[in-house]
Amino acid sequence: MPVTPIIEMSGITKVFPLVVANDHVDLEVYPGEILGLLGENGAGKSVLMSILYGLLQPTSGQILINGEPVEFNSAHDAIAEGIGMVHQHFMLVPPLTVVENIVLGAEPKRSGGRLDMETAAKQVAELSRRHGLEVDLQARVEDIPVGMAQRVEILKAIYREARVLVLDEPTAVLTPQEVEGLYRIMRSLADAGVPIIFITHKLHELIGVCDRITVMRRGKVIGSVDTDDATPALLAEMMVGREVILEIDKAPATPAETVLVVDGLTVRNDDTDRTLLDNISFEVKAGEIVGIAGIAGNGQDELLDVLSGLRMPEAGTVSLGGSDVTHADRRKRIRLGISMIPQDRQREGLILSFTIADNIVLGEHRDATFATRIKRNFEAISSYARKLMKAFDVRASDETVLVSNLSGGNQQKVVVAREMSRDTKLLIAAQPTRGVDVGAIEFIHRNIVDMRDRGTAVLLVSTELDEVMQLSDRILVLFRGRVIGEVSGDEATLETVGLWMAGHREVSA
Amino acid sequence: MSQMHGSSIDDLNGDVVATRLPPGVVHLGRSLVALALAFALGAVVMLIIGRNPIEAYSALITSSVGDKFSFGETLENTTPLIFTGLTLAVGFQARLFNLGAEGQLLMGALMAAYIGVSFNAPAPIHVGVALLAGAIVGGLWSGLAGVLLAFRGVHEVISTIMLNFVAFFFINYMVTGPMKEVTELDIPQTAKIAGSAMLPRIFPPSRLSAGLIVALVTATAVWWLVMKTPLGYELRAVGRNPDAARQAGIRPKRVTVLVMMISGSIAGLGGAVIMTGLFQRYQQGLNPGFGFTAIAVALLGRNTVPGVLAAALLFGVLAQGARGMQTIADVPTDTILMIQALVIFFVSTPHLLALFKRRRAAVAAEMEA
Repeated sequence: MPVTPIIEMSGITKVFPLVVANDHVDLEVYPGEILGLLGENGAGKSVLMSILYGLLQPTSGQILINGEPVEFNSAHDAIAEGIGMVHQHFMLVPPLTVVENIVLGAEPKRSGGRLDMETAAKQVAELSRRHGLEVDLQARVEDIPVGMAQRVEILKAIYREARVLVLDEPTAVLTPQEVEGLYRIMRSLADAGVPIIFITHKLHELIGVCDRITVMRRGKVIGSVDTDDATPALLAEMMVGREVILEIDKAPATPAETVLVVDGLTVRNDDTDRTLLDNISFEVKAGEIVGIAGIAGNGQDELLDVLSGLRMPEAGTVSLGGSDVTHADRRKRIRLGISMIPQDRQREGLILSFTIADNIVLGEHRDATFATRIKRNFEAISSYARKLMKAFDVRASDETVLVSNLSGGNQQKVVVAREMSRDTKLLIAAQPTRGVDVGAIEFIHRNIVDMRDRGTAVLLVSTELDEVMQLSDRILVLFRGRVIGEVSGDEATLETVGLWMAGHREVSA
Repeated sequence: MSQMHGSSIDDLNGDVVATRLPPGVVHLGRSLVALALAFALGAVVMLIIGRNPIEAYSALITSSVGDKFSFGETLENTTPLIFTGLTLAVGFQARLFNLGAEGQLLMGALMAAYIGVSFNAPAPIHVGVALLAGAIVGGLWSGLAGVLLAFRGVHEVISTIMLNFVAFFFINYMVTGPMKEVTELDIPQTAKIAGSAMLPRIFPPSRLSAGLIVALVTATAVWWLVMKTPLGYELRAVGRNPDAARQAGIRPKRVTVLVMMISGSIAGLGGAVIMTGLFQRYQQGLNPGFGFTAIAVALLGRNTVPGVLAAALLFGVLAQGARGMQTIADVPTDTILMIQALVIFFVSTPHLLALFKRRRAAVAAEMEA
């Protein structure tokens, strides 16, 4: 291809005291393309992008823009050369309006240095119209939904005349519909001459939206493939370095006795008088996986809170193994055999400033194996932690490492290891693979199926439809606090379940 | 959620575990830097007012640890600070700010005075009961703030400070009324406690009492509680992430009340120790400020037991040496208060020190976090 790349990063090496984060990395971005940058957590994607954005300086190597070498000493330099970046966590000022945020730092001025917000609004409205980036210019950022905040970030970059736009894990915060919208915007920008670097560790997102995909592993570029030649299996293998089983192979379930019975569960919000869970009833038997599908915010949070004992329902009962636990607190439920992988590992699952070992015994820290009333048994705790770290492939030098120093995937494995190693009757797995990379997903899925096969009842609550479809023996779909449909795992199709998730029951009945 | 203080590589590349300095060493280093800065600024102020800082600081040292008597007095000053420093440190471990150590200490002292005056018993039992009663009263006093926090959501900073005032006025009432010594002289104080309720002096000619030993035993017990017991684990867990603790079956409300009670009982015990060891009667206006200096002690000691012991000793030296500085080097005792305040200032502004680090690493870390 004789075309000059807009951006060429060549031979980029970044050495930190203990690790080579980027090892002679070459990356080119051509006009009009969407380039996927794929890699597991810790593969060096973020370091590379930090170098491109001027936040870090490479140990060696250089960056060329339209063939001209440039040197960035700060993000300011990079922005001046047309590098735009949308971070995972938005960098917006909540009390300011959308248009104020977009022009902040590059405001059009009238004579005498007065702000010219009318011109600003006009310019932004024009940009927004041209690329289909719908935003409410006069709304305050604190009042707008996440999807719009992201469009504001993109507009901010384009307003500063970005020549290339880096999107860091942009879909993590979006609903499926918003993701579709984002893809259209990305394409429109690329066609208008602003190529995109799309960072993700989700395979299915790349194929279909990118033109080319560059894969990184352990600080190196493993290769670049055209999307036409890419398959999820190929990408996964490049990313992880070995063959990855994307489809879990599982035997038919052999359900035994009923473990969990939820009957007529109703939860209302007293303040708004909204019914969040409306007369929900279902059962989970030993040796089966029941999946709860649904778009986030349709009652999953409330269901999980009630099941784990953190919230009392307004009506209905929960019973475990025949005994009513509706009013039992969390502690009692743990003792009766409910394990729980919470949705948000950092908020509910881990104590980040504790060691791996202390997190692994969290909840069981008073068990006779691990403590008497006056002394914890540190040897037993350490050896148990080491055993679980090995069994669940938690990568750290030893069990005394603080969990805050682990990658997201390894943090999730700590939670999974803890909850899956208990002697438990019911496992509630909420978003068990959120934010973990493809190798770890395979591993966690395998373990969930193994637990089922050992006779544990599993309730899987996930907004990842693929995950629910793959693992569940039975699928229930939550819509606005109701179970809108139920189907067995074999008979479920993406179309049916997808329609139910959007609230269309009658179409498929 | 973002851990901003780490070196950049940890945050950027999660799988890599950097072997950096253990947190204890980092904390010690920061405390020492804060101290050095405080003393340096103190010296500058002395130069400005035309005094010789070298002379002043050597006077500070010789008059606090220079001879047997001074050293004993220094340790006697240190003893209550160990108790109140531990009071705050235990609370901080569960992220509770018990600013009521002063009131809890004085209530414990009053209770010990009451036991010492009103009963008779063989020495070890009498003094033991006085100490125990002081601890219980201190624990109940702070437990009140714990209950208000756990069940009514009253912030413990507000309630413990308010309870200080309640304690001051209650004690005023007691020593001018029901517990006032009956003599011809109308002095607002209790009678002297019985000899059997006094802690023995262990380092004559100084007034250092066996209270120091009680303090060291308490420090060991607190260290054990926090670091070795399941309850200590729970209180640290609740302090760091109450949601995760609750999800793991720990009851944060129960732990909160318990920690507040333990914390206050240490202050109460400290009060009983100074009553049975040093003061031997409760005089109106007894307002030694140990509970407030404790904030500095706990901060400087980074809420660890060894740290609190070291910091308490330092503040004991400062308190004892201040007079020597005034008489020998003609530096006002208030200078010591200024240095204490500067220590608090520098310890509580760690970002001042972080300025020396490269800022860019932090920005990069934020990206990934």
